[in-house]
Amino acid sequence: MEHTLASNGGYLSQACCAAEILATLYLKIMRLGPSAAAAIPGPFPGVPGPHNEAYVTGGQYHGIIDRTSDRFYLSPAHYALVLYAALIEAGRMAPEGLAQFNKDGSTVEMIGAEHSPGFSMMGGALAQTLSQAAGIALARRLKGEEGRVWVFLSDGEFQEGQTWEALASLAFYRLDRVTVYVDVNGQQCDGETKNVMTTEPLGKRIESFGCKALTVDGHDPVALNNAAELPSDGRALFVLCQTDPCRGIPLLNERRPKLHYVRFTSAEERERYATWYREHLAPESAED
Amino acid sequence: MEILTKVHAGNLVRWAKDKPQVVVLSADLTGSVEIAEFQAAYPDRFFSMGIAEQNMVSFAAGLAREGFVPFIHTFAVFIYRQALNQVTSSVAYSFLPVKMFGFLPGITTPGGATHQAIDDVAVMRAVPNMTVFETADATEIESILDPVLSTSGPVYVRMLRGEVPRLFPREEPFRPGVPRVLSMGDDITLITAGICTEEAMRATSAIAKRGLSIHHVHVSTHKPFVSPALLDAVSRPRLGVITMENHTVIGGLGSEVAELLAENGIGKKLIRIGLQDTFAHGGSRPYLMKKYGLDAMALVQRVEGLVRGSLGISEADLASVRIEAVHSLAKAEAL
Repeated sequence: MEHTLASNGGYLSQACCAAEILATLYLKIMRLGPSAAAAIPGPFPGVPGPHNEAYVTGGQYHGIIDRTSDRFYLSPAHYALVLYAALIEAGRMAPEGLAQFNKDGSTVEMIGAEHSPGFSMMGGALAQTLSQAAGIALARRLKGEEGRVWVFLSDGEFQEGQTWEALASLAFYRLDRVTVYVDVNGQQCDGETKNVMTTEPLGKRIESFGCKALTVDGHDPVALNNAAELPSDGRALFVLCQTDPCRGIPLLNERRPKLHYVRFTSAEERERYATWYREHLAPESAED
Repeated sequence: MEILTKVHAGNLVRWAKDKPQVVVLSADLTGSVEIAEFQAAYPDRFFSMGIAEQNMVSFAAGLAREGFVPFIHTFAVFIYRQALNQVTSSVAYSFLPVKMFGFLPGITTPGGATHQAIDDVAVMRAVPNMTVFETADATEIESILDPVLSTSGPVYVRMLRGEVPRLFPREEPFRPGVPRVLSMGDDITLITAGICTEEAMRATSAIAKRGLSIHHVHVSTHKPFVSPALLDAVSRPRLGVITMENHTVIGGLGSEVAELLAENGIGKKLIRIGLQDTFAHGGSRPYLMKKYGLDAMALVQRVEGLVRGSLGISEADLASVRIEAVHSLAKAEAL
């Protein structure tokens, strides 16, 4: 919210939805090595290619890729700010790194790219990350590796045909080392998912494709963690996290149904949010 | 001329024997793209992905990220049309070693417009990080796999299947970025690729007999399109340059040569033989080549246009031409 106020806009509701999911993944669930990246992200390293030897991905914030550690891929790249905040809270990135957010020449981009902290793919087109994660899981099985593959998905991505192709291949190859946390916030760019192009009954659809679906309260860290500890029945697991896009900031409710991107339309509105922030969320008030 | 059948099928099996990192992905066209033999020989390295090319391409990117070299096989249209975003965002951006074998180039299939890859070179060479190769004969099919593997990052191969001629001697393998000079001359430079090279060879000897010297260059690397032999070829002709491709003239070989001419300030007339900004339809290869002006007779007519006179060459003259494998006349090292 601090950033939304500072830049007069941001993917704020995504943070309200995903805070507990990412916190539980980073702090409790995933087995990642210590960050191998600079605490304060370096400048844009150029794009990958035959002449860019110095290029590294933002996956370094999840540690060295080795045979035993888990892998984590966040698919909806517009959740970047939420992911950066999670990296900071998990001690993988310095808070100062966020000062580069959406600044020219920075890797801390608004829509996360492969070089952005915490990313190691180009997820911005949606749906492609899950397919890649499936390929990674198959490759790791071929290599005899045990590590799990975690994916964070947004529910809107179930409108993409490729997502269902990916589910078919997850089921066909029984890639049960893949576990997908889905932010089921029922929101998308044009408004409520049920009015744009419904994806319900999501759990039944997933199960009918041969994967396992489990619905949990997306704001309950214990429930989120319990899902990860379920024994495998041979199917890839989709944890459907029911979330509230206004969680923690009730002021946002007045913006329904348009919550995808928060932009203040007047100085008065911005000041109202700023006041609410100072009274409820600012670090000073937390210390009181 | 020697005609061979299913060259890729057996070659891939032999070649991949000692390459455990190479895996093959299929989208329900296993027999049609000559990988059934690979599946039988190495079932643990063959992955059926169903009729789902978008997932297949991104899935391959995932395999590549973990150290494998996926060889995607399907009809070309299903790679560059059906899954272009996946080719771009999952594979090409990240410079991953995913090798894509696209079959049924241009009018080589009676399957009609949905199956004919008429703009694949244009699309794929516009994708950053992508290398684009094209095969024209058995020798190139047999020898392209090593260059495909040793080329860093993603590679797209415009691939032939079924019955293919041997145009080039076995001892002159495919070499990336090195065109083949098939005849030398100063009147007209002819640059051809894919199946159009064989077709052009039917006409070039007849044209030469009429006293015109043709500098004929065969291209099998569309991108990167740089070579001293190409620059020499387009610089030398008295009358002009003709390109001939089994592809729309927009964005393919004709455009590659146009860019080469313009960027080097070479003011030669350029005639582009190919599909003239049109879709084709289903039919036999000879019928389609004739209908869309991609055959030897079309070349003769365009040459006649350049010299402003009849060469007196008939369809019967061309039909009787017997093509033999030709050694490249110019040593690449010398160019």
